Amino acid sequence: MSSVPALALEDVTCRFAGRDGGPSYTAVANSTLRVAEGEFVSVVGPTGCGKSTLLNVAAGLLAPSSGAVNIFGERLVASQGVNRRAGYMFQADALMPWRTGIDNVIAGLDFRGVPRAEARQRGEEWLRRVGLAGFGDRYPHQMSGGMRKRLALAQTLITRPDILLMDEPFSALDVQTRQLMENELLALWAEDRKSVLFITHDLEEAIALSDRVVVLSAGPGTHPIGDFRIDLPRPRDVSEIRMTPAFLALHREIWGAMKEEVLKAYERQRAA
Amino acid sequence: MRLRILQVLILCVLVGLWYILTKPGLIPPFYFEQDNRAAFFFGEPQKVLDVIVNWFVTGDIFVHLGVTLLETALGFVIGAVFGLGIGLWLALSPTASAVMDPYIKGFNSMPRVVLAPIFAVWFGLGIWSKVALGVTLVFFVVFFNVYQGVREVSPTLIANARMLGASRHQLLRSIYLPSAMSWVFASLHNAVGLAFVGAVVGEYLGSARGVGYLILQAEGTFDVNTVFAGIIVLTVCALLLDAAVGAVEGHLMTWQPRASETEKV
Repeated sequence: MSSVPALALEDVTCRFAGRDGGPSYTAVANSTLRVAEGEFVSVVGPTGCGKSTLLNVAAGLLAPSSGAVNIFGERLVASQGVNRRAGYMFQADALMPWRTGIDNVIAGLDFRGVPRAEARQRGEEWLRRVGLAGFGDRYPHQMSGGMRKRLALAQTLITRPDILLMDEPFSALDVQTRQLMENELLALWAEDRKSVLFITHDLEEAIALSDRVVVLSAGPGTHPIGDFRIDLPRPRDVSEIRMTPAFLALHREIWGAMKEEVLKAYERQRAA
Repeated sequence: MRLRILQVLILCVLVGLWYILTKPGLIPPFYFEQDNRAAFFFGEPQKVLDVIVNWFVTGDIFVHLGVTLLETALGFVIGAVFGLGIGLWLALSPTASAVMDPYIKGFNSMPRVVLAPIFAVWFGLGIWSKVALGVTLVFFVVFFNVYQGVREVSPTLIANARMLGASRHQLLRSIYLPSAMSWVFASLHNAVGLAFVGAVVGEYLGSARGVGYLILQAEGTFDVNTVFAGIIVLTVCALLLDAAVGAVEGHLMTWQPRASETEKV
């Protein structure tokens, strides 16, 4: 691992203008978050705490009100374009419904001007890797939720991003499919160990997947309040690792830090 | 199949009623005083058919139909292209759209058919005054649909394409355009009809050729059968054009889920 982090959010604050000139809302306040090269970092926090905001800042889709984003030591300026070295897997369905599976997978190559024949060949290869070989000519609406997520994963990974940003990518899936996808993600990640920033509200998922778990406070003014190293052995099987004493101890420890924030967020939502 | 039989049955009943109620001497007159009056006002189906057959056998209709269809096609294509282009432009540039907003609303609220006489003065009595009227009618239908279509594109889809490295131009081509297309096609069905209205109303107000001209001439001599014949020919043409748009749509929009489709794995 090099000393320069792959992704560094330095003292980032995001304020959103209030509606109709109302008071502005501070979603994220003075947050510093670093992901080393090859590190899998999960960010957990109560719902509505600004996790996605942090990810959009890291992607260059959103300019922070103050603070800086550095990608391998280079300053990222959102107004000059998105983070070119990152792939982003969205929580919502982001496939193009008018493109077939294979054409969705190769969209990134398409945009980069890779010749069609080569792009298709690489696309077929990726379809095979995510277990969708033979489904390339289907449209997204002809696929199940799990298949669409795999397609999105292939679409994101085919451009070989150095940093992978994931926003609760599996939250819409049923528990079984979800654990399958988590294992597949770990297997794909183990091949070339890219840096991953994984957002989730599910602490178990975070511990099972990550090298490090960062806990965020409840909003507004979200900021990291805890940073836990997960030294469980790899390769892991996400459904089995949940039963180990080491996992349970970590879960207890992190949940202790999180619980208060979750309750705070819950109270705030009830009051609103 | 059952549906088709029912549809044909309804047509037969309507034409049959038309025949029975208008044939002089078939039933005693119950509304008009003389038994040939109903035929005078409403025409007679077999005579209408005679006129249509005669038109096509002698080939008299082709020059008129050709002119009307040419005006319709030109109005449709020019209006649709402008609607698509300006719709995309305004939807993607909020400033321009804010500036143009009152003008667009104004032109859209205006009863544009009243422009027909002005177009006749500007473009003469040839086909271009009819095309111009068709364009003004078609443009707004397509424009508003494209505008709406582009505005409704999911922000996630745009963000995803940007993260995958799409340039502004590529965003337009692979996200905005296809996404707006389903709205555009919905509007094209309306637009074909309106292009037709533009052509016929234009001909009606002053022309030397076209199906609208034929109808106008026939009205001048109280020849109701020919008027109805013209209306029927126009209706069939409009249906054919609509089917053509539908066929193109079906071909281009294969990606859209159909309600009946239960193919899933």
